[in-house]
Amino acid sequence: MKENILKIEDLVVAFSMYKSGTFKKEKLEVIHSLSLDVDAGEIVAVVGSSGSGKSILASAVLNLLPGNAVTGGKITYKGKEITKERQKELFGKEIAFIPQSVDYLDPLMKVGKQVQGVFGTDERRKELFSKYRLEEDTKNKYPFQLSGGMARRVLITGAVMGKPDLIIADEPTPGLDLEMAKETLDHLRSFADNGAAVLLITHDIDLALNVADRVAVFYAGTIVEVAPKSDFLAGKDALRHPYSKAFIDALPQNGFKPIPGSQPYAGSLPKGCLFLDRCPYKDDACTAEQAEREIRSGKVRCAHAS
Amino acid sequence: MIKKKNVLSETLRMIILLFLVSFLAFVLIVKSPIDPLVSYIGTESTLSQEAKDEIVEYWGLNDPLPERFATWLVNILHGDMGTSITYKKPVIDVIKTRFAYSVVLMMLAWAFSGILGFIVGIICGIRQGGFFDRIIKLFCLTVKSAPTFWLGLMFLVIFAVELGLFPIGMAVPMGKLASQVTIWDRLHHLILPVITLTVANISEIVLYTRQRVVEIINSDFILYARARGENEKQIITRHVLRNVILPAITLQFSSFSELFGGMALAENVFAYPGIGTATTAAALNGDAPLLLGIALISAVFVFTGNLIANILYGVCDPRIRESEAK
Repeated sequence: MKENILKIEDLVVAFSMYKSGTFKKEKLEVIHSLSLDVDAGEIVAVVGSSGSGKSILASAVLNLLPGNAVTGGKITYKGKEITKERQKELFGKEIAFIPQSVDYLDPLMKVGKQVQGVFGTDERRKELFSKYRLEEDTKNKYPFQLSGGMARRVLITGAVMGKPDLIIADEPTPGLDLEMAKETLDHLRSFADNGAAVLLITHDIDLALNVADRVAVFYAGTIVEVAPKSDFLAGKDALRHPYSKAFIDALPQNGFKPIPGSQPYAGSLPKGCLFLDRCPYKDDACTAEQAEREIRSGKVRCAHAS
Repeated sequence: MIKKKNVLSETLRMIILLFLVSFLAFVLIVKSPIDPLVSYIGTESTLSQEAKDEIVEYWGLNDPLPERFATWLVNILHGDMGTSITYKKPVIDVIKTRFAYSVVLMMLAWAFSGILGFIVGIICGIRQGGFFDRIIKLFCLTVKSAPTFWLGLMFLVIFAVELGLFPIGMAVPMGKLASQVTIWDRLHHLILPVITLTVANISEIVLYTRQRVVEIINSDFILYARARGENEKQIITRHVLRNVILPAITLQFSSFSELFGGMALAENVFAYPGIGTATTAAALNGDAPLLLGIALISAVFVFTGNLIANILYGVCDPRIRESEAK
């Protein structure tokens, strides 16, 4: 049994906001009892369609949610909850974040200084620059002067500055060509092979299947199924949740078969199973809240899964 | 190469601006009910009609407008701005002495409002929605809606009349010989006008800085900095200040026009012998040469502010600097 690094239990994130057209505040729940764990040495990919709220998961772990967010549940790192106090010890050192794009860099600060951050040293930066094939004079450049691939490598060097045990990568590949996206994922793979835990959040299941050890399927604000990569590669019959099966069917290589409907909006979720409205197998059992069940070394939230 | 071209185009712009300003001012004055002859000799003059006609002929007042403007322009280019009727001195001398007073006043108010406004704006932006922020915002909006002369009057009533802390006006004590006036006398007389002008100019920079800080704090790169373990202090010194200081300085330079306008009003309230009071005097006396001279000099002043703002942006912002260097 490998050491557990990150454990998310029944995470709930809600935003309190004004109901449109009124002065009444309402709570909009965007993440509902989400559970996930990541062990040392593995990559867990969270896959879901764009705009389904996957990034909020990263924000919740990194305590970056805006002020109007209300959270519930428990997030632990190496067995202990991440408190405000502990956060100071961990962020930028043991826990690292790879953001989506170069927009996450200060536009007026030179790259070298930003990669170094507040805890790094110049030696370590030099070492990482040569490891990730960044020329030494890149340190004097400003973020807007970086090419797409360079920017990606800069963000990676920034993340590994403090030799992290947990890396959270939020959509690290969009806008990159296949080769560069592969290169990025290879870097993630090598972090995991060296013992780090990697949480990869992406909408690109093909790329995720390339590197991940386990894949978590994100739907309407929760994770409906977590399964080893091999199950996804084996095809839809090896999967447990009807949404995961539909997801596989909708891939280009499987004939682009879409299912009707769209993901429910956070404000108007169906009672019980979140996939209820679109599921071909729905019956009375689906109207109850779907608890997480372990089936064949995977986890699923569906009463009918087998 | 680019730099040279910029300097050239800016100079050209300046020349065109000055030409247009002077032409417009000239036309306005000529078309106004001011009669230069009456302004010069007074309404109760005993001069004969022939003598008057002779002066009119000598000054070329009957010439067509373009010719009169051309004559004036040629004289200006030779350094002759004419003679002020109000002060019975060459316009250039009047402007020189008066401007010296006004510049001290304006620069002090400019620096104070800039530095103080920037600091207050940063604090408000960071503590957005807090008590201090609300109070300052209310103060700024009030001050911004209040006319400068009213502010000046209020300060006079409170600090000079009621509390008796400062003199009620002018730049030096009344009845003192020029040789006896000390620097402290001058400073003492400067304080209230400077405070008035500072307060009148501070709201813009406070509100602007505050707004920028709020935007920056909500941007993605601050999230990233937080995720990398930077604390509040590091975020402010490393990222917020870096991103807000340049636009703030630029704004402060481009606010020269408001500064000039505020100065004219404040000087009149405090009877401070600068360009502002000279403008009023010139206008009341129909002093055309002095009015034109002041119009020119204020255009140069405001243009300089904007020019500095433009140059600063090009030199300091790497995104503009590097793209121009290419």
